[in-house]
Parts: sequence; C-alpha cells; structure tokens
Amino acid sequence: MTFTRRTLLAATTALALAPVAALAQDTIKIGEINHYKRMAAFAEPYKMGIELGLKEINDAGGVLGKPLEFIFRDDQGDPAEAVKIAEELMTRDGAVMLTGSILSHVGLALSSFAAEKGYLYLAAEPLADSLVWTSGNPNTFRLRASTWIQAAMLAEEAAKTDAVKYATIAPNYAYGQDAVAAFKENLKRLKPEVEFVAEQWPALFKIDAGAEVQAIERAKPDAIYNVTFGTDLAKFVREGGDRGLFDGRPVYGLLSGEPEYLEPLGDEAPEGWFVTGYPWYGFEDGTAEKAFVDAYMAETGETPKIGSLVGYLDVISIAAAIEKAGATDTDSLIAAFEGLEIPDTPIGTLMYREVDNQSNMGAYVGTLAMQDGKGVMVDWTYKSPDGYMPSDEEIKAMRPAE
Amino acid sequence: MAFFFAQLLTGLANACSLFLVASGLSLIFGVTRIVNFAHGSFYMLGAFVGVTLMQVLPGAMGFWGAILLTGLVVGAIGAFVEMVVLRPIYRAPELFQLVATFGVILVIQDLALMVWGAEDRMGPRAPGLRGVWRIFGEPVPKYDLVIIAITPLILFALWYLITKTRVGVLVRAATQDREMVGALGVNQAWLFTGVFALGSALAGWGGALQLPKGGADLLMDFNIIGAAFVVVVIGGMGSLPGAFIAAVLISVLNVFGVTYLPQSTLVLMFVVMAVVLIIRPYGLLGREEVAGEHGQVGAPESPIRPYGPTGQMVVVALLLMLAALPLFADRFVLILLIDMLVFALFAASLHFILGTGGMVSFGHAAFFGGGAYAAALLVYHLETPMEIAFLFAPLAAGLLALGIGWFCIRLSGVYFAMLTLAFSQLVWSMAYQWRDLTRGDDGLVNIWPASWLSGTTPFYYFTLAFGVGGILVLRHIIHSPFGYALRAGRDSPRQAEAMGINVKRVQHVAFGLAGVMAGLAGGIFVFSKGSVFPTELEIGASFDALIVVFLGGVKTLAGGVVGAGFMTVVEDWLTRLEYWRLVLGLVIIAVVIIAPEGIVGTLRSTWAKFRGTNDEAVK
Repeated sequence: MTFTRRTLLAATTALALAPVAALAQDTIKIGEINHYKRMAAFAEPYKMGIELGLKEINDAGGVLGKPLEFIFRDDQGDPAEAVKIAEELMTRDGAVMLTGSILSHVGLALSSFAAEKGYLYLAAEPLADSLVWTSGNPNTFRLRASTWIQAAMLAEEAAKTDAVKYATIAPNYAYGQDAVAAFKENLKRLKPEVEFVAEQWPALFKIDAGAEVQAIERAKPDAIYNVTFGTDLAKFVREGGDRGLFDGRPVYGLLSGEPEYLEPLGDEAPEGWFVTGYPWYGFEDGTAEKAFVDAYMAETGETPKIGSLVGYLDVISIAAAIEKAGATDTDSLIAAFEGLEIPDTPIGTLMYREVDNQSNMGAYVGTLAMQDGKGVMVDWTYKSPDGYMPSDEEIKAMRPAE
Repeated sequence: MAFFFAQLLTGLANACSLFLVASGLSLIFGVTRIVNFAHGSFYMLGAFVGVTLMQVLPGAMGFWGAILLTGLVVGAIGAFVEMVVLRPIYRAPELFQLVATFGVILVIQDLALMVWGAEDRMGPRAPGLRGVWRIFGEPVPKYDLVIIAITPLILFALWYLITKTRVGVLVRAATQDREMVGALGVNQAWLFTGVFALGSALAGWGGALQLPKGGADLLMDFNIIGAAFVVVVIGGMGSLPGAFIAAVLISVLNVFGVTYLPQSTLVLMFVVMAVVLIIRPYGLLGREEVAGEHGQVGAPESPIRPYGPTGQMVVVALLLMLAALPLFADRFVLILLIDMLVFALFAASLHFILGTGGMVSFGHAAFFGGGAYAAALLVYHLETPMEIAFLFAPLAAGLLALGIGWFCIRLSGVYFAMLTLAFSQLVWSMAYQWRDLTRGDDGLVNIWPASWLSGTTPFYYFTLAFGVGGILVLRHIIHSPFGYALRAGRDSPRQAEAMGINVKRVQHVAFGLAGVMAGLAGGIFVFSKGSVFPTELEIGASFDALIVVFLGGVKTLAGGVVGAGFMTVVEDWLTRLEYWRLVLGLVIIAVVIIAPEGIVGTLRSTWAKFRGTNDEAVK
C-alpha cells in the first residue's frame, strides 16, 4: 500500500507537470521568488515596482529583441521551499536567472544554491551583510544597501552630538544583532568615549513594549538607537511616547522612515528621530526620483514604498545586464553584472561593484517631522555608500569564495 | 521599589489579552476536547473587526461599543466554523480536529488579507485614556490600569457563568461525561457550538482590547497561539482560574525577563512551561487525565498484518519503477521525489510513535531539525567529510530523543504533546539565539554533498536507499514483537504491564527510534538543500508532520507516507495560485470532512465495503 500510493502520486505529478515545460520560449524569463503571503505588506509594493519596470522595458521593445517576463512564485518564507522552487524555475520553467527574497535567511539559502548549481542570483531586498561578505560568492549580486551601510550613516550622525550613554533596542535575530553591532563599531570608531548602557532584545514581532520602555528608562541613556520595525515599532513608539522615553533624547531609527513602517504610525510618528527611509513625497519636479514616483502612482494608483523602488531597480538591473551580456547564459550574465553601470535610474547611476558584487545603492537619511497629521522625513539627503564601506582589502579578506 | 511596582503593573496589563485568548482556548478544550489551533485566528479577527468598527463608531461609546460588538461578531464566526467544519468530525480519531483547525487558519489568513489588505493597522487610543498616571513617580499608561481592572471582572463573569448558572452546569457536566449529558436529553451539538462561540468571542475580545496597546496585523494569529497554549497548559487544560494565574505569571515574568535577561525572552516562557510540567504534569490547577476517559473514539482497530505475496510483489514492482525513474523522468521530478521521500520518512517516524505507540508528539521537528543541524554543524565548524557528518545526523537526533523522551514519556495525551512542544521550542530557541554556534537565523549555508553525490541522479538514489530503507525498517519493527509490545502499551497499558511488558521503557525506546529516523530524514534534507535554518525546528515544521500523518490516516500503516506524498504534491501545485492558502485550507477541510479516518483509512474501508467484507468479520 505504502509504495502504491506514493508512486501513483509521483507518476501523476510527472505527467501533470510535464506540459509546463512545453510553453513558448520566445520570452526571456526571470525566476522571482518571494514571500508574497507571509510578508504581503512588503512583497506587494515590490511586485508592483517590478511590474512597472517590466511594462516600461517591454513597451520599449524588451531585451535582446524579446519580451522580458518574470515568473512570480511564493516560497512561504521557508528557505527549503525557496531552494526547491529555484530548482524548478531554472530546470523546468526556463528561467535564465533568479532574483527576489526579502528575508535574509531565504536570500542566503538561494545564494548558496546558486553558487553550488552555477546559476545567477540577484538578491533584491535581503539586507544581511554576510550575503555579499562572509558568505559571498561569485554567483550572487545584491541590490540594496546593507545593514552595515545604513547603521554607519546613523552612527555618523550620532557622533556629532554630545550624547555619550547609548541604549539600543533591536529584534532578537540575526538582522537586529548585526544592525546593533554595526552601529556600535562605527560609533566607537568615530567617538571612542561612548558607552552602551542598555541593550534590549525583544523577540521579533512579540515585543513587550511597556517593559522594554521601562528597562531603557531605568538605564537613563543620553540617546537611543532603535532597530525595531513593523508592529514592534508601533508599540514601542506608543508606549515610549506615553511614558516620556523620547523626551530630550536623540533617537536614531534604522528603517523607521520607510513608508512601510512610517505610514501605519499615522499621527503618532515620532518627531525628531533621525532615520533612514524613503521620502518619496519630498522629491522635486524634474528629477529622476520624482519621475519614478509619478509613473508609479499613475500606474498603480498607490503611493510608493521603498519596496516599490527596489522592485523597479531590480528589473532595470536585470534588463541592463542581459543587454550588456548579449546572451542569457549564466557566465555571460555574471560577467555583465560585474561592474555593470546603469545611468539615469531614479537614484542616479546604479553600479554593481566588482569587489563584492554589491550595488552602489545608498540610503535616504533625514529627520522625522509631522505634516498634515502624517509623519514625513525632512532635511533629508540621499547618501551613497562610498565612505561607509570597509576598504576593498578588508572586503576581499572577508569573501572566502574568491 | 516604585520601579518594581510599575513593572508589575505592566505585566498585569499584558496579561489581559493573553488571559482572554487562553481562557477561550481552555474552555473549548475543556468541553469539546478540541485542540483549536485556529484560536489565534479569532484573536486576529477580533483585532481587525475591532479596528474597523472603531472607525465607524466614534467617541467613547463607540469605542467600548465596538469592543462589545467585536466579541459578538467573532463569536458568530466561531459558531459558523464549529457547525460547518468541526461538527461533522467529532467522531473522528482523537486530535483529528487539529488538522481541520489548521485548514481554518489558512482560510482565515487569506480572507483577512482580501478584506483588510496587507498593511498593518495601528489601534486607536481609548477615548479619554491617553497618557499616563504617575504611581510612586513612575509613569503608568491610563489604559493599562483600565484593562488591569477589567480582567478580573471577566474572570469573575466566566466563573459565575460556569459555576452558578444552568448552562454552566451543563457545560461542566459535558466536560466530565459527554455521553451522560446526551443521555439526559441535552442537545450536545448546540452546547458544543455555544461553547465554541463563547471561546471564539473571548479571543475576539482579547484582540479588540489590545488595540490601544498595539494594532491589527496579519501575523497576529501565529504570534499569540504559542503563548496561549503555554498559558493553558501551565494553568491546567480546562481550568479558567488556572489560565488566569498562568497568564499573569507568564506576563509578569516576561516583564522582569525583559529587564534582567533581555536576550532570554524567547526561551523563558518555554522553560517555565517545561519546569511546571515536570513538577506538576497536569498544570497548576489542572486535573489528572484519567486514562481512557477520552480514549479512542470509534470502532476498535483490527490487528496489523504484513502484506501477503501479492502486496509484496506490488511493492517490489513499484520500487523497481522508482529505481528506473531517472532513465526517463526530467530532473525536477527527481527533485520533487527527493523532497517527498524526505518528508515521507519524517512523517513515517512520527507516525511510528503516534499511530503504533499512541504518543502524539507536537515537537517532532526537534529531531528532524536536530539531525540536520548536527550534520551541518560538523561540516560548517569542523569541515567534516559529508559521509561522516551524514551518519552523525540520526545518531545525534536519537540521543536527543532519548534525552527529551526521558522527561516526556511519564506523561500522556495532551500533556505529553505539550511537553514535547516545550522541549522542541527550547531546541529551536537555542538554534535561533546561540549565534556563535549556529549563526542564528542566518543559518548554516554551503552544506553540500560530497562530489560523487552532487548530481541530481546520484542524490536521488541515495535518498531512495535511505528514505525507503528507513521506512522499511520502521515497518519491520511494527511487525516485530517490539511493535506489538508498543501497541499493547497504547491500547491497554495495565494489561500490558501485567503481561510483563515494561510499557514506559518500550515507549522510551520507540521515542528514541523515531528520533533516529527523523534525524536520518534531516540528514538527507540538509544535503539536498545545502543549508539549514531554525525554520526546520519551528512549531510549524512539527505541525506539517502531524497534519500529514492525520491526513494520511493514523490507524493505517501507510498513513504518514501517503499523507506526505499528498501534501507535497497539493502544495506544490497550489502555491502557484494567487490565493493558494485559501484553496489549500479548503482542500484540507474537505479531506477532513470527507475522509475522517484519513485518506488511507477511508480508502481501506471503502474497499472493504466494496468487497462486501468488513474488518469486524475478519477479526
């Protein structure tokens, strides 16, 4: 009985799946794997950014004379499932390369898989430093600025004040721990006398905000570094605001200015925080930044999130790489991505560094303020990662695969 | 001192929602014996419905009115779910309802996404309760004090309902003896529906009352359910005052944990649960579960027989076909089969203790993931050759199972399940937070097989050999005297003891053996994916295995394997669709209702009917 059922199922699967391979081959297909259900709030704007980019590219004639097509697949946020889907996309669906993922651990699994099987993976959103450094490999490229870069930008700002005693609060998982470590290292380098008097580590999306606020208040820090986001951030901001935690204390918030996290806060957005984010409402007419925002709003009827920008840049990067390669085999694509330069993107010239396969996408930093009952970033600037990166020698030493 | 008092108040305020959710769960379990994993979904619905109603109804009346209404709405949804999904399957094997509630979770997740969209909603403030009062100089949010006052009132109202009213008498009677209540002319069906609706309403109120301290988002269901179960188990399943004490205990402990052990927040709750269950196996105020009180539902099983010659021929033929598959199938079919075989071995190892041993483990992923981690750690830190690391996976998982089993097998039923869950959560939180060793959720990557195995076809044969081999070994053991001793211990522990079988020792060995096989599956898994992450140790991974075992059929030999095959294929297909969770949830619910004995069990009884024989006659 055991083997009867299983084999029948297997045989049915084999038969049932076979027609998929017979689909037309006249488009260039990209395998896109993401957590569309588990992280819908982030994946949906990202997908709409991709669709906008695809429309522009295909209206202009596609790449290498063929339409570009993305195959979107949901991995449920499970790295093992992502690896399985990646295998299917590459061997059966005829994808020429892989992209996607928001969660770092899924990105790392896909990266390792791409290196083992000889595919190309462009990590769009995963922020983990190790993706391009300690776990980096020649088959993996990454678009978004890493945790290290964004934390270093905040640390630079923090070093300008006379605050000495810092408290940190970050979700207790790899991203939160990396973000705190990067901030500490950068700040200590710039200002050796700082000390960290409290480190709080709420479990991700299970924050006990009242208790966290009490614990930080008890340490009486001069300033606070915050890495919480999503619902944790909302609870932290509300309890902290009520209990007066932020009064007279500079707060540095990683990602807190991103529309994904800022918009749900409504009129309770914490004024005066110095944050990284995406001030799409503040772009001036005539800039490439504004043109993208207008096009996105016209196409989707929604305001953009940072994920929208990342999705758009993701598809633009891929199209440019394929055009440069003139072919779609992995070796040509990898060669094309190395040092790839794309002028006139919404953030200026986008470039993929040869030293660590990391793009030069930077981050918007600025201060939170209240306008019309909504939190916005003011006095913001776009900073490129130059000057925040470790030296090329340090990076080379970190990348074991090369 | 002032600070200490303020912390205490924060803990008490946090206990409110947790108590409401847990009391509903406890009530439902106490009366209907349903382990309702969809309970977190009602909490999430409460938050979303509450936020929506509060936008419609302004002002203080609107705020409190919205909360009241939310409970009614969610209660009505709960009643609907109970009538449509659960009522048809009360006669199914024990804990089968668990699978149905899992289907409900998936359906509600997608419906909530459709109705309310993906964005998080921040809860409105309670009117007139913005800001803080100072108590001994420490700021305490006004709303915190209000919900601290509300919680005991709800406990009192529930206590009054259960102990002082006629409905309460019937509910308590149903908890003690369902058949007797039915015999006395009480319509049990409506009693169950009513209790389920009340439990759901409590969860809904929990979701609505926490709005001013949080909001509504789509991850709320899974985020609360673990804590709610911990509270119910620590308090004693079915005990409302127990749930109250446990909710306060956990919440207050958590507040102090945040201050003094900030990195421990994940582990703390499960350590408390494990300690309580080891000292007081039935929770603080729970009653000992009398063996057989809620025993097997339905007709007794017929003994398991090995296949006859025809069956064996079919098995051999199919094995040959699997072996010949790489000659004509494309690469992805092999990859899907590798996944399927790994999952089947994992499920078969759970089925071995669950079906044959009667031990429902909620934490079996600890051994699958434990095996995978054991191999991966050796490769990652010591650059151990793949062949040796692979052999280490079942060994390490087996030792882990013997260790955990030593604590767990003293308990039975739901308490056994919960203690295994607590231990697997301990293993998970170690993998998640002991970063120097495990790299946390960055996982261990680049764990690829040796070069002679790196092709898809060689690895397929490797998986076939170990996967099928493991399953055959388990089947062989089920047919051996040891297997019969295990079954005897499940069906009638006292008679088994009288015959000279050391039931606990047999169960302990079986638990260890299941760990070995789960670890073997984990070993194959880690080299097929090239990486391992704490995801493989999560509650979700344990539940995947449980669900396929129940779906396949607990009381059949092939249950785990068939369930795994079914699930792999269905999921692989459905995740291509936009609303795959909704469809998958409905498919699971449909299978549960149509095939309450599981897929294999239902096929078997259909076949028996078709041939005009039945199991009773054969026996």
